[in-house]
Amino acid sequence: MKRFRAAPARLALVVAAVMWAVPTIGLFVTALRPQRESVRTGWWDVFVEPSQLTLDNFAAIFGSDFFARSIVNTFAITIPSTIGVVILAALAAYAFAWNVFPGRDGLFIGVVGLLVVPLQMALVPVARLYNALGIFGSIAGVVLFHIAFGLPFAIFLLRNFFAGIPKELLEAARLDGASEGRIFRSVVLPLGVPAIASLAIFQFLWVWNDLLVALVFAETRSAPVTVAIQQQLRQFGGNLDIISAASFVSMVIPLIVFFAFQRYFAEGLLAGAVK
Amino acid sequence: MTRKLGPALLFLAPALVVLLAFVVYPIVATIVFSFQDRTGSEFVGLTNYREMLTNPRILTAIRNNAIWVIVVPPVVTTIGLVFAVVLEKVSYARAVKTILFMPMAISLVAGGVIWRLVFEQEPDRGLLNAAGRAVSSVVRSPGPYPGAAPSEGVTRADGALVAEKTVRPGEVLALGLLQLSKSEVPVQARPAALPAEVSARSVAGVVFRDFTPGASGRRGVVDRGEVGLPGMLVELRGGPVEVAGSATTDERGRFEIGPLPPGGYRAVLAASNFRPAFEGIEWLGPTLVTPSIIAAYTWIWAGFAMVVIGAGLAAISREVLEAARVDGASEWQTFRYITAPLLAPVLLVVLVTMVIYVLKIFDIVLVIAPSGVQDEANVIALEMWQTAFGARNLGLGSAVAVLLFVLVVPIMALNIRRFRAAEGS
Repeated sequence: MKRFRAAPARLALVVAAVMWAVPTIGLFVTALRPQRESVRTGWWDVFVEPSQLTLDNFAAIFGSDFFARSIVNTFAITIPSTIGVVILAALAAYAFAWNVFPGRDGLFIGVVGLLVVPLQMALVPVARLYNALGIFGSIAGVVLFHIAFGLPFAIFLLRNFFAGIPKELLEAARLDGASEGRIFRSVVLPLGVPAIASLAIFQFLWVWNDLLVALVFAETRSAPVTVAIQQQLRQFGGNLDIISAASFVSMVIPLIVFFAFQRYFAEGLLAGAVK
Repeated sequence: MTRKLGPALLFLAPALVVLLAFVVYPIVATIVFSFQDRTGSEFVGLTNYREMLTNPRILTAIRNNAIWVIVVPPVVTTIGLVFAVVLEKVSYARAVKTILFMPMAISLVAGGVIWRLVFEQEPDRGLLNAAGRAVSSVVRSPGPYPGAAPSEGVTRADGALVAEKTVRPGEVLALGLLQLSKSEVPVQARPAALPAEVSARSVAGVVFRDFTPGASGRRGVVDRGEVGLPGMLVELRGGPVEVAGSATTDERGRFEIGPLPPGGYRAVLAASNFRPAFEGIEWLGPTLVTPSIIAAYTWIWAGFAMVVIGAGLAAISREVLEAARVDGASEWQTFRYITAPLLAPVLLVVLVTMVIYVLKIFDIVLVIAPSGVQDEANVIALEMWQTAFGARNLGLGSAVAVLLFVLVVPIMALNIRRFRAAEGS
């Protein structure tokens, strides 16, 4: 298909790449400009006057208790939510893939059905439940909710992958008298690493980037950085220094994960193209 | 194989308990709440649903969500398809793919902030309107005197300013303008001067700022201290439209047009002199806010469609394509009769996935729509959050959630059917 190498297609690709890169660069540059410049000129003004670049906005973010705390909270929410989903889903997926028990298929179809349930369906009852339990506004509450709504997809993904493990491997282990727990730990988990990696990356980014769940269940002391940014938006122009720097900070970890594990991320997305 | 429930239950129990407590039970509870009042203390029948289908705010949300669902999935899928097909054939595909895919990694909050900057209305600050201004200054360049108003002897006509008297060759005109601040007068402007002499076959004149600083000048007459307006395009018209000649004023505001046939002419300061500069489109105003947010969302998700469709393309066997080409099929025929049909299931997956995500669209609307137009940009998930947690109306909020749920039920059924077919059970 050599005709596609033609100049128009190339040019269109370059234009597309620029259109996809420039808005993000704009945010990065804005985060590096002082507020007094940002209200006056666009970020491209730095090409005329590079001396305006400054790290003051970042100093302001990390110097503010609220923002510094929100960044810590984002980690405190994302890491347990990811680990929790991986553990619970791997256990369940193993049972769904390799244990035969009454009602298994029906139960799994139930999980498939839950894949697309909007989490809005659970917000009100879970908020009431948390109030009753006294954990409303806690990080634990946010984490639990993320684990619950991450599970259907996680179980679905891992079960499909585990089901592809050669039967002989498991049967050999069973003949050797290995317990179910041992088979899970020493056969299924090591072989399942690619799928677990995809799942972990997918879930990590999902939770890291969440706004809605945290908006409902977190409060000031437990708010992640997405909520912290959202709260500044009413004064978008006036708070642009803070908003752009916080957005920049919130993007660093996902971008590192993305560039380091792009393949696993793409695979997780492919598998999740039903969620 | 174990055929007992016992050991399996140990593996399943943690996940099932969490699913039951935080997903299954809440679904049932939300449905029950949707028939109750705002505090959940009394059953009110269908009141909340009736309210939902008559409340203008919620109806706007439903209408906007319908626009989202109709527009976004096909647009994202089409763009993703184009990217995937074109990128399959270029050597630097990896780098471009990474750039296009990158927005998928960041939050919709950050993506929203990125685009809110792009959509800024002031062309000095917003990227899109800055680009718009650059284009418009080429296509329709702004005039040098956008704010000018006519002084005595001059009137407005269709954006242009016209001398009230007709002139004949050999005569001299003075055309005064008002409401120009000092900064609006070009630096090269010199004191206004009437042309010293004029040939009997031309019309000459001066265009000047009819304002004498600190003194009482006469209107319509060039007084001491008044400056000429350079760079003004002056036309002479024989009839209503027919342009007999034109000239641009010098630094003293003078012009001379000729030679002209005898007759009466009207002097016109062309509309292009007064054309205002591009002021920026209000992307996030009430009319354009939803299309603008949709554009931002498309930017975020096009990479997803590209990756999924790209994987589908890669899975199509090379031999089939080669065979078609050997048989003499053109590029287009190969795409139309081989690639497209083999790709159809993948395109369907992308479309369905996009429908699911778009139904639940929330963050990006909340972030991009300025608070003043949030009602115009409203969507179902946003309305649910505002009703249930902002207005604390538990019953109505639950009814809105149920609406969202009902809308995904067909997709749920489709998923289950697809899964059953794949498992062959």
